[in-house]
Amino acid sequence: MTMILDDTDRRIVTATQSGLPIGAQPYAAVAKSLDLTPDDVMRRMRRMQDSGVIRRIGAVPNHYRLGYRANGMSVWDVPDALASDIGRQVGALEFVTHCYQRPRHLPDWPFNLFAMVHAHTREEVEAHVDEIAALMGDACRGHDILFSTKILKKTGLRIAG
Amino acid sequence: MMDDTDRQLINALQGGFPLCDRPFQDVARRLDIDENDVITRVQRLVDDGVLSRFGPLYDVTAFGGAVTLAAIAVPEDRFEDVTDTVNAYPEVAHNYARDHRLNMWFVVSAEDPTRIAEVLADIAMKTGLKVLDMPKTEEYFLDLRLRA
Repeated sequence: MTMILDDTDRRIVTATQSGLPIGAQPYAAVAKSLDLTPDDVMRRMRRMQDSGVIRRIGAVPNHYRLGYRANGMSVWDVPDALASDIGRQVGALEFVTHCYQRPRHLPDWPFNLFAMVHAHTREEVEAHVDEIAALMGDACRGHDILFSTKILKKTGLRIAG
Repeated sequence: MMDDTDRQLINALQGGFPLCDRPFQDVARRLDIDENDVITRVQRLVDDGVLSRFGPLYDVTAFGGAVTLAAIAVPEDRFEDVTDTVNAYPEVAHNYARDHRLNMWFVVSAEDPTRIAEVLADIAMKTGLKVLDMPKTEEYFLDLRLRA
């Protein structure tokens, strides 16, 4: 499902993609800066939310500042026929923040399921990964954990105005 | 320093922020805090970097764009140069160093889906390194919430 954004929608996206103004009436403030009415801004944003263009509106915490210093990308080789079922089970675990199926690149990369685990320490990540392995049982033919050692860039989506 | 009210706010605001005329008032009522106090705290959490963003999260794939995850095995002595080459593309949104032979992992997103392949081919040409393209084929749940 793809939504076509018109010029006004795009102006709203570019005005808010790095954040909302923080004040009593944030949407009215966006409207004022774009010379629109608050109702128009809220109606358009609601439509973008309904169609998934806006995933959600809210706060994104800095993981490190909340004490989640270990970020492990756990990667798994599971039979393709079982990947969807297993993915749903793994994705539902409380400590898994994202779970995706992705293509293998043999021989460089045998893994087809990715589950991101954030925790306070590496040991805690490893314990969670053991839980995932136990859940998969024999369906898991191999796995690995890639810890992030440095954030090299983090800007998020930027669309041109 | 964060206090319990800050933590309560962070947990609540990760779940969503209302789309209405006085959204902070809604949040304030739900948490039984004063509206002005909520606004002051959110501003402080953003200023201090505890919240890296506050506002709508857009999904480029929902308006015709595309996203992929790419990985490169970069020789250690070229790591900085390759980082500069990769990060120079505005289409590269995130880039992480990871402790694996494939030691550079980055997300490429573009409104024009054909740009993804162009950017990856360009990086491969400039660096002379193999770039693995791993677009998601299925997504099973996406809950980025972390308990504060």
